[in-house]
Formats: sequence, structure tokens, C-alpha cells
Amino acid sequence: MSMRGPLSDLPVMLEEVGIVAGEVTILDGISLTIAPGAPTVLIGPNGSGKTTLLRAAMGLIPVTRGRITWGGQEASPPDRRAILFQRPVMLRRSAAGNISYALAAAGVPRADRSARTAELIVMVGLQGLARRPARRLSGGEQQRLALARALARSPALLFLDEPSASLDPAATKAIEDIVRDIAARGVKVMMSTHDLAQARRIGGEVALMHRGRLIESARAMEFFNSPRTEEGRCFLAGELLV
Amino acid sequence: MGEGSALHLVLTGDPGLYAIVGLSLEVSLSAVLFAALIGVPLGAMLALTRFPGREVVIVALNAMMGLPPVVVGLAIFLLLSRSGPLGAWGLLFTPQAMIIAQTVLVTPIIAALTRQTIEDLWVEYHDELAAMSVGAATRIVTLVWDARFSLVTALLAGWGRAAAEVGAIIIVGGNIDGFTRTMTTAIALETSKGDLPLAIGLGVVLISIVILINALAWGARRAGERYAG
Repeated sequence: MSMRGPLSDLPVMLEEVGIVAGEVTILDGISLTIAPGAPTVLIGPNGSGKTTLLRAAMGLIPVTRGRITWGGQEASPPDRRAILFQRPVMLRRSAAGNISYALAAAGVPRADRSARTAELIVMVGLQGLARRPARRLSGGEQQRLALARALARSPALLFLDEPSASLDPAATKAIEDIVRDIAARGVKVMMSTHDLAQARRIGGEVALMHRGRLIESARAMEFFNSPRTEEGRCFLAGELLV
Repeated sequence: MGEGSALHLVLTGDPGLYAIVGLSLEVSLSAVLFAALIGVPLGAMLALTRFPGREVVIVALNAMMGLPPVVVGLAIFLLLSRSGPLGAWGLLFTPQAMIIAQTVLVTPIIAALTRQTIEDLWVEYHDELAAMSVGAATRIVTLVWDARFSLVTALLAGWGRAAAEVGAIIIVGGNIDGFTRTMTTAIALETSKGDLPLAIGLGVVLISIVILINALAWGARRAGERYAG
């Protein structure tokens, strides 16, 4: 399967980004560069702002303060990036129909869609389930289908929001294998998780968030061996960050 | 069972009765078709667009679900009467006039129920479609298509209104024997004439058809859901 080589959306630069909803500060002064390379894993407790950060970096929600640039551009159409939501919504059509829909939305010519759909079905291991209604698939299968739908955009940058949060170990492994495969093909992956073991397995870089702030970001090995902050040490020690 | 009873007429294949049943279905189903062509896109656009006064429009649309049929009948009568603005069309006391009146009655029902259905689905789909950069027109088509099983209920509600309605069509149709007489207008006439067995028999036929069409729609919906999820 072909993935786009040039990473024109990269680097994604967040400069002092703040997002406020009503009186609640969801993100506070986030500065982060998402550069080509190994996956970046966002970790942190629930409510720390991981999902909001991913949505903002995808360009789905406006920032209240600061700015985000994609490859140096402030307004960049999201046709080179894709996102997998924590609880993806399956369109009311077959598994193949869901992928074909995403291909059409991405502007893939009708004549090419059938072959691309088959390719993506195989890539996420849903052979034999192509004609099944998407809403009748298991949770793990739906997650893999949503991943195929995201990949239909041939993204250079893929955001994954806790992609295996509600999956069993086998389904989690299936997702992680696909993510590693995608990353190996040159797609920049940015994934959120609150599962430390998963962060160790996937992460090339790790960013720790807490209460809307970016506490620490480092190469995964450095972070796991010698976190620089107290919050990092507490999180790795399994203490509750509240 | 008397010679003129509805059951006798049904069993003997009375052409007059079948003409009445046929016209009832033709008028009510045509009205639902036209109302769907207007009401579904209207409801979907209302669900997805934001403009000043939108909530007033929604309340007005919801209120129009309760339009009194006789008032609609009167309004269409005035429009189509010889001295009215559309009098030249010569439609008064024709099945076409009945279809127009019922379309006016049914459109707000289908539009209002479509608006609610699409708005609920939009909450669910918003993020996914935004992430896929789906444009406004495709968004409407997608939501209407994916809500199709729920929209069947809106169409049935509209058809229920049309099939049961008498006030509007008796005014604009005139209840002319063999031309604009439907089951509901025939029941009204037979009741006023005192032929209660025939009126009751026609009522049973009407209710049976309503149940049959709802059962068919339900079956189609279940089959579709099994296929599409």
C-alpha cells in the first residue's frame, strides 16, 4: 500500500497553545513540535487534555491562545492528516462501504476505490468481513476498520486517541502491530494512551500531560529511565496524579 | 351480510369500492412522496445550518404538524377556486387538488421529524465527518442516507396523517362519486346518510390497509438494518 512520502504537514508546531471552554482551561501554554520520525506518545491521566491536544493538532478545534502551524502554514487543510477517535462512529453501511466512503471523501477516483478498499481491508486484517455491516463488528474490529478509514486518506500524519482503551490484549496487539507497520512506512504517528506499558512498546518520544499542561517531553528511553520532573516520577511509579 | 356491506363489496370485488380504495392510496401516497421530496431536504438543512431566527422556524415547523385539515382545505380551496390566484389551473374538485392539500398537511410532519432525526445523528457523526473533510452537500446526503431507517418512521407518520385525514380533501375534492371519493370521505358520507354498517366496513378496510402498509414498512426496515447495520 502506498503512503505519501513528503511530510508537508510536518513539523506541526504548537506555540503556547491554550484552549479555554467557558471558565475551564483545557490546555494551558502547550509548546510542542511534532517532527518526522518515530511515534510520539502522549501520556497522562484522564482529563489531562490529551484528546483536546490531538484534536487541536488535527485542526478540528480552534485554539484560544497561541498558534499551531502545519509545515509552517497556519491554515492547512487536513487532507494530509487523519485521526482515529477513541470511540469511532461506524457509518451505517458495510465495512467496505465505510472505507469506500472515506476514499471518496479523500478524493480518490471511483475507479480506484474498489482496489484500495480491498488493500486496506487486508492491511487491517478484516478479510472476510468486508460485506458485514460495520456496526455489527466487534469493538476491536470496529477500531481496525476506523484505522483503515483513517488510512484511506493516505495520511502523512496520523493521530490516534487511545486506540485500544477498551480492547482486550489480542485486539490491542492487532492495533499496535498495524501502528508499528504504518510508522515503519514513514507515517508520523502521534498517539495518546494512559497505558504506560503501551507507551513503552510504541513510543519513540513521550510527552507527559497533566491538568492541561505539558509537563515533560523526551525520548522514550530517557523518560522511562530518568524522568526529569516530579510528576513524571510519580506517574511512572504508578502513583495517582490528581 | 347485506348486499351493500363493505365486506360483501370486498369479497365480490366491487369495482366501485376498489376505485375508492385505489384513489385513497393514490392521493395519500402521492402526498407523502411530494412531502418527502420537500420535507426531507428541508428538515436536513434546518438540522445542519445555523442562522438568526432558526429556533423560531423550528417552533413554527413543529407547530405546523398540528395544522387543522379543514383550515388547510379552506386555504387550498381559496387558492384553487375559479376566482383564486391559481383558479386558471382548473384543479379544484380533482384528485390533484387533494394531493396538494395533503402535501401541505404532511410536509411539516416529515420536515420536523427529519430535522430532529438528522440533528441527533449529526451530534454522533460530527467529528468523524469533520475529520474526513466531508463537504456540506455530501454531509446532508450522508446523514439522510444513514438515517434512512429512522426516516421511514417519519414517512409513516406523514402517511398516517394523510390516510386518516378527511377535512381537507372533502373541501378541495368535493367527495364526487367515482372521481374524488376516498375511504375517509365515503365513511363521512355514509355515516351522515345513516348507513352505519357500510361506514364501519369501510373503516375496517381502511384500518386493515394502514396496518398492512406499516407492517410492510417495518419488514423493509428490519431487512435493511440486517443488511446495513
